[in-house]
Amino acid sequence: MAGVNTKVQEVFNEPGCDKNQGKSDKERKKGCTKQLTPGAAAGGCAFDGAKIALQPITDVAHIVHGPIACEGNSWDNRGSKSSGSRLYRTGFTTDISESDIVYGGEKRLYKAIREVIEKYDPPAVFVYQTCVTGLIGDEIEAVCKAAKEKFGKPIIPINAPGFVGSKNLGNKLAGEALLDYVIGTEEPETTTPYDINIIGEYNLAGEMWQIKPLLDHLGIRVLACISGDARYHEVASSHRARAAMMVCSKAMINVARKMEERYGIPFFEGSFYGISDTSDSLRQIAKLLVQRGAPEELLSRTEILIRREEARAWERLKGYRKRFEGKRVLLITGGVKSWSVVSALQEVGLEIVGTSVKKSTEEDKERVKELMGADAHMFDDMPPREMYKMLKEAQADIMLSGGRSQFVALKAKMPWLDINQERHHAYAGYEGMVTLVQEIDKSLYNPIWKQVRKQAPWEDCK
Amino acid sequence: MALVTTSKKACSVNPLKMSQPIGGALAFLGIANCMPVLHGSQGCTAFGLVLFVRHFREAIPLQTTAMNEVTTIMGGMDNIAQALLNINSRAKPEIIGLCTTGLTETKGEDIHGDLKTIRSRHPELADLPIVFVDTPDFKDAFQDGWSKTVARIVEELVEKTAETIPGQVNLLVGSHLTAADIEEVIEIIEAFGLSPIVLPDLSGSLDGHIPQQFSPTTNGGTTVDQIRSMGGSLATLAIGQQMERAALELEMRTDVPYTLFDRLTGLDANDRLLMFLSGLSGKPVPLKYRRQRSQLADAMLDSHFFMGGKKVAIGAEPDLLWAIGSLLADMGCEISAAVTTTHSPLLEKMPCAEVLIGDLEDLEMRAGNCDLLVTHSHGRQAAERLGIPLFRAGLPCFDRLGANHKLSVGYRGSRELIFQVANVFLEHDHENAPDSWPLPEENHPGEHHEHVAQTQAV
Repeated sequence: MAGVNTKVQEVFNEPGCDKNQGKSDKERKKGCTKQLTPGAAAGGCAFDGAKIALQPITDVAHIVHGPIACEGNSWDNRGSKSSGSRLYRTGFTTDISESDIVYGGEKRLYKAIREVIEKYDPPAVFVYQTCVTGLIGDEIEAVCKAAKEKFGKPIIPINAPGFVGSKNLGNKLAGEALLDYVIGTEEPETTTPYDINIIGEYNLAGEMWQIKPLLDHLGIRVLACISGDARYHEVASSHRARAAMMVCSKAMINVARKMEERYGIPFFEGSFYGISDTSDSLRQIAKLLVQRGAPEELLSRTEILIRREEARAWERLKGYRKRFEGKRVLLITGGVKSWSVVSALQEVGLEIVGTSVKKSTEEDKERVKELMGADAHMFDDMPPREMYKMLKEAQADIMLSGGRSQFVALKAKMPWLDINQERHHAYAGYEGMVTLVQEIDKSLYNPIWKQVRKQAPWEDCK
Repeated sequence: MALVTTSKKACSVNPLKMSQPIGGALAFLGIANCMPVLHGSQGCTAFGLVLFVRHFREAIPLQTTAMNEVTTIMGGMDNIAQALLNINSRAKPEIIGLCTTGLTETKGEDIHGDLKTIRSRHPELADLPIVFVDTPDFKDAFQDGWSKTVARIVEELVEKTAETIPGQVNLLVGSHLTAADIEEVIEIIEAFGLSPIVLPDLSGSLDGHIPQQFSPTTNGGTTVDQIRSMGGSLATLAIGQQMERAALELEMRTDVPYTLFDRLTGLDANDRLLMFLSGLSGKPVPLKYRRQRSQLADAMLDSHFFMGGKKVAIGAEPDLLWAIGSLLADMGCEISAAVTTTHSPLLEKMPCAEVLIGDLEDLEMRAGNCDLLVTHSHGRQAAERLGIPLFRAGLPCFDRLGANHKLSVGYRGSRELIFQVANVFLEHDHENAPDSWPLPEENHPGEHHEHVAQTQAV
C-alpha cells in the first residue's frame, strides 16, 4: 500500500493546476477533494474513477481483483462506445472468497490472468486493485510483473482501491498507471505532422464520432484518444503525437502535463460542448499543430470548415430560439460540464437559473461567473429536497443532470434530460449541440406534462 | 434431480452474481421511511445505487459510512456514529438499516458493541430502531443478503404478543418477487378475508408511484408498527426458499407457524396456496380464482405446442431459477443449462442434469444448442453472440421498462409468463426452406470433395 500512498501524494501535487499550487504544503497533502461526510455522501470511489477512465480502451481485458461487489454490481453499465473490439464490455473479476481473504488472493489473481489470456488473448490485461485485496496486502504490482514475464504481454496494475478517495482521484491514478506502464512502450506504424492525442474523452454515446469527421476533413489524425474507443496499441504509442487536447477538465491533467514534460507534446484544455467551444477547440488544435511544424494552410482550412459548420448548425438551430424564449434551465452536473454546457445553452437563448459547481475547480467557477454574470446562482451541492422545491415551484422549466437525480425532477412532474455518463444521446460538436437542443425541445414540449400535472378528477371535487 | 457443482475458474467472467450487502439494502428499501446504509467505502453504495436506479427507475435512498483507508484500519465506529447522527437529523427516518461490506468485514468490527456504545453516547438515537446485518461481499450472494436482512429485522423488531389479531397473516416475500407479484399475492390473500402484513414490501416503496411530497427516505413499504405487530398474526406465508430463515426466526420468537411456498408459478403451486388460504380462513376458493385456474389450464393447452421440447438455458438466483425453471419444465421445455449464484436446498431438486454455481460465461458455453436464454439484462451480450432470444428475468433489468410491474405469480401471473415465453418461441420459430431437409452426406465427404476438385482442376 505504500506505493499507492506515494502516488496519491504525487497526484495531490499538480504543477499544472493553479488551485493546487496556491495551497500550503499541509493543505495540499489533504488532497483536492473534501473529506466525505458519513451518512451524507454521494458519488463513486477511486476504483470507480479509475475504471471509468480506462475501461473505454476497447481491446484490453479489464480484470477487477476483489470481492463480487466491485465488478458484479457495476459491469457493462457505461455508455462508452467502440468501433471495434467489445472485450472491454466483458466483466472479469477474481470474485474473491473468504479463503482468499485468509490465505491471500495473489495466486487466484495470477491464475485469473492466465485464464483470460488463454481464452481471450487480448493485447494487454489491466488489473484493478480494490479495497479488500489492498487491505489484506495482495501486491498486484508483483503479480502483474510475474505474469508479464510469464505470458509475454503487458499486464498493467491499476492501483486505485476505492477507499483512497474519490472518483476524480481514481481518474488521476488511472492516468499515472498509463504513464508508468503504457504510454511510450510501443511505436506507431507511421507518424504525420497532423497527429494529435485527445485526453479525457470517453466516447460516451459515441461522441468522438461527432468530432472525428471534422478532424478527418482537416486531415488531422487522432493518434490516441485517452481513452474513448482506443486500442491498447494506440495509447502505448501516443507519445509520438504532435499536440494534445485535454477534454475533461482536470481529471487527467497529470497525463497531459507529464506527456508535455516527457515527450514535449504541448496541450490545451478545451471542450467539444457548444458551438463556440467546438470552434475554439478546432482552432487551438490547428494552431498547436502548425506551431509543431504542420503546414500553415491548416489554419485557413480550419477557419473555412468552422465557418461552414457553424453556419450549418445555426441554420438548424434558428427555429428554436423563439421556442426557448423565457425558458429556464437548472443544471446539475460537475466539473467541466458546468461552464461548457452553460455557454452552449446560452447560445440558443436558454436562461440558466442555477448550476452546480461541485466537482469544478476555481478556474471552472470563474468561467461560469464570466458567462452567467457575477451574481450567478452557483452551488456546491444542492440537496435533492431543494431541487425538488425549485422545480415544484416552477423556478425552472427543465433540469439537466445525471441519472441519479432524474427522479427529483420527474416526481415534481418537470422535464428532465440526462447529460451524464449513462445518457443515450451524443451531445458533442456542432452535431451534438443540435441534438441537445432538439432533445430539450422534445422534452419541454412533450404533451404529457399537461396531462400528468392535472389532478385526478375526484381531487377537484373536494 | 440435479447435480450441483461449483465453477472452478479463478476468474469469473460476466458475473451473474451481485453482492450480499446490496441484497440487504434492497430488503430495507421495502420498509417505510427507512434509510439503508452500507458500512464501507462510498463506492460500495454508489454501485448499488446506480444498479437500483437503472432497474427500478426510481430515486433510491441509500447512504454510506464513507470509510477510507485510515478509518478502516483504525475502526469504523466513529463513521457509523456520524452516519447515524447525520441521517437522523437530515432525513429523519423511522428506521435505519446498516449492512456491512467486504471492507469492514475484512478488518473485523464488533458492530454490536459499537452500536451499544453509540447509543449510550447519543440519547437522541434512543427511539430510532437500527437494524444491522453482517453481509460481507466475499461470501454468499444477493438473495442471501436479502434473506439475512429480513431475518434480522424480525429478530430486532418482532415481539411475542399475548393476543392474536383476527385475520392478520404475515407474508414474507423473497427478493425474486416484483411489485406486481407482491400485489397479486396480497389480492389473493385478501380475497379470503385475511389481511397480510408484507415484509419487505417493495410494492409499497418501489412500485413507481408519484408521492405528494419529496421524501429523502423510502416512499412507502412496511411500517415499523406493522412489523412489530407481526407476532400477533394467525400464520406466516414465506414465499421463496430464501424466506425460510426469517419465517423460522418469527416462529421461534412468536409461535406464529409458518408455511413455505417455494414457488408460486404453475398450476400445482397455486392450487396449494389457495387450498392453504381456504383452510386458514375457512372460506371456499372464490369464483374469480376458479375462473383464473381454468384460464391458466387453457393457456397451458394453447402454449404447449410451442414450448414442448424447447431447450432453455437459465441463469438466475436460486429462488428465481426454481420458480421459472420449474414452470418451463412443467410446460415441456428442457432445461439444458442452469447457472446460479449461491447454494440453496432447491438446487438439487431442479428438473435438469446439472446446476452450476457460476457466471454468465459458464451459461453461454452451455447454451450452444439452446432455443432461449433466460437471465437478467447482462445476458444481452451472450444472447447476441449465441444468436438466440433473451427472455429477461431478475434484477438488474436496465434495458427494458417496467421490470417491477412484470407479473409471474398466481394463476394469472403464471398464465402471463407462459404466454410471454411462448410468444418468444413463436416469434423466433424458424421457417421451412428448400434446404431444410438435406440428405445425409456420403460416407467420406472429404475424399468426395477432393475428387470433385481434382476433376475440375483437370
